Amino acid sequence: MSAPQLAYLLIGVALLAYVLTGGADFGAGFWHLVARGPRAQAQRNALEHAIAPIWEANHVWLIFLIVAMFTLFPTAFSVMSIALHIPITLALIGIVLRGAAFSFHSYGLQSEPRRTALARVFAGASVMTPMFLGVSLAALSTGAVRVSGSDVTSGFFAGWLTPFAWLVGALAVALFALLAAVYMTVASPATVRADFRRHALGAEVAGAGFAAAAFWRARVDAPALFARLSESQWTWPLQLTTMLFAVATLFALWKRRFQAARVTVAAQVGMVVIGWGAAMNWHFVLPDVSVASAASPAVVFSAFFPAVGAGALLLGPALWYLYRVFRAH
Amino acid sequence: MAMSLGFHILFAVAGMAMPLLMVIAQWRHQRTGEPVFLELAHRWAKGTAILFAVGAVSGTVLSFELGLLWPRFMQYAGPLIGMPFSLEGFAFFLEAIFLGLYLYGWKRLSPRVHLLCGVGVAICGLASGVFVVAVNAFMNTPGGLVLEGGKVVEFDPWIAFFSASFPTQAAHTALSAYSAVSFAVLGIHAWRLRVDPHSAFHQRALEIALAMAIVSTPLQIFSGDRSAKHLAEHQPVKLAAAEAVFQTTRRAGLSLGGWPDEEARKLRYALEIPAALSILGKGSPDAEIAGLDQVPRGDWPPIAVVHLAFQLMVGCGMAMLGVCALGGLLWWRKRQFDRRFLGLAMASGPLGLIAIEAGWTVTEVGRQPWVLRGLMRTADAVTPMPGLIVPFTAFTVLYLILGLVVVVLLRAHVFDVPKSRP
Repeated sequence: MSAPQLAYLLIGVALLAYVLTGGADFGAGFWHLVARGPRAQAQRNALEHAIAPIWEANHVWLIFLIVAMFTLFPTAFSVMSIALHIPITLALIGIVLRGAAFSFHSYGLQSEPRRTALARVFAGASVMTPMFLGVSLAALSTGAVRVSGSDVTSGFFAGWLTPFAWLVGALAVALFALLAAVYMTVASPATVRADFRRHALGAEVAGAGFAAAAFWRARVDAPALFARLSESQWTWPLQLTTMLFAVATLFALWKRRFQAARVTVAAQVGMVVIGWGAAMNWHFVLPDVSVASAASPAVVFSAFFPAVGAGALLLGPALWYLYRVFRAH
Repeated sequence: MAMSLGFHILFAVAGMAMPLLMVIAQWRHQRTGEPVFLELAHRWAKGTAILFAVGAVSGTVLSFELGLLWPRFMQYAGPLIGMPFSLEGFAFFLEAIFLGLYLYGWKRLSPRVHLLCGVGVAICGLASGVFVVAVNAFMNTPGGLVLEGGKVVEFDPWIAFFSASFPTQAAHTALSAYSAVSFAVLGIHAWRLRVDPHSAFHQRALEIALAMAIVSTPLQIFSGDRSAKHLAEHQPVKLAAAEAVFQTTRRAGLSLGGWPDEEARKLRYALEIPAALSILGKGSPDAEIAGLDQVPRGDWPPIAVVHLAFQLMVGCGMAMLGVCALGGLLWWRKRQFDRRFLGLAMASGPLGLIAIEAGWTVTEVGRQPWVLRGLMRTADAVTPMPGLIVPFTAFTVLYLILGLVVVVLLRAHVFDVPKSRP
């Protein structure tokens, strides 16, 4: 395996970490937004309580992803930044609103109506952001973003306005909501646990619906991706495993085995990301920007890996400690 | 981009220096047992949390904007500046983790571990600031790469990391954070102390902030002097612009104020201290200071902007030094502050932050028209995207709102303190 391929996998791991941690924080915003009924406020409190200490650390995975991208694959970064300028900017506005509103909400001393308004902004932005992130990633798979040399030739609207991209955006929202709801069955007080169990079951069904629709629509909007997903040797075992994890999650939720559900749901969502990565076939943008064509000079990789290794040695224990201290109680 | 950076920089320096204040307050509490220090640590921690969160999200915007606005630059320089950014990523990650532990760990961690987490926040904040400055230092004095026909053929990330301006610039920026933030905090609490003169809370806050200002401000002036010497050697054009030196001269004078006339190549209405610039820049009155005549007119930065920003920065720094001296004297003699000093401290609260924005203007605008000095022009780096005014306006409005909300929230924190009992 070449150094760029190893780096591609590393970026994949960071994306996976972001989806499984930061994604769940977005999902928490979704449930915050849709909470209804007599226990709505209790649900919201539980959600805020669960994500407050950790969301900023989880958010850093995104920054790490961006930095790794422009350090190791600058051409890919440049192409994405130009072709997806609009959806990325919209996602950024969502990120700013969400983070700021949440921290103002948590640490500010303000009147109740103002707190409610901030919570609304946080929740709304938590849905908008993953939507546009999903749309942006999906656009890379469509084959509509075309590049010649390192110049984007397909303009600023290619790919991300297709139904496929928006279905993937919706899928991202659903999967993040699913993660959050399942995590909350472990992390929330007993009074609202049943609510999150119900939410999780609903999100699992919605997620399956969006996944199927996106897969079907990929036939038209992302033919290369569809071909890899339907014809490769590895694809059916992989998809079957994903489905098995999904069924296992449903079963565990049904049986109220919440600890088990937390593991299977992470595996299920992880498999979705891995499947997408495999279908991208060592590309950042299908079909023009590949790992090989976008990579930095070799010397950058040989400096980057030791730095990341050293950083990970510090980061690993610190993250572990953070999660341990604030584990469900 | 400049707007985002100008916004971000305020929160970034708060993220560097506020944790130190909060840790000092908590440490004083553990040493003295005075509850007011604990209250102070709590308040400052919440302030830190708000500022850190805004710094974090505006920093995220910046990392994306590098690509959104400067795709050509990043394609070329991304690998070159990636190393410090990656390290910054880790430092920032750790800072976020420690801050999470600190903010929500008051009851879950032992006081010692809790305090250590606070120290961790302060150290990681400092480290991430220093790493980011490494990027800017590289843009000022790019090193470690060999170019052939506009293509990078050889590159050493570590030489690029430790570029010529890195040590001076890192020290100057780090100290500016401590100095400016301590002044801002000093100003806020001085204001409240004028309103409620018997408040132990504000008195203690003022003392800690003043102590930090007294340590950091003189060091900052000293590091400013080192920076000037560095500029004279490595970035002569920037120094020439900052001081509006049009002709290369020996015994160059230090100009105070004045309006640079680019057409006539003269600095008008300035007060000049003879030979002072040669002494400051090169350590000898007869040393030669390179002027703007060394480079073609087309490669000049906007002289007026750089010169005025430089004057503003130095002026603020000197005023701050004066306030420090006066405050130190008062505290040494009387252990308390009269209304006049409090008024002065209040008025000088924004000086440090103004100096930071001005100093940043000097280093950024002073490098124009280059984005990588001598290697790549700013105009060649920008995105082909049309209608950039739209995201620019959107983010400006967004940041204005955020800034406003932050002020409102911090105000609540400062106002809503236990009133002193007479």
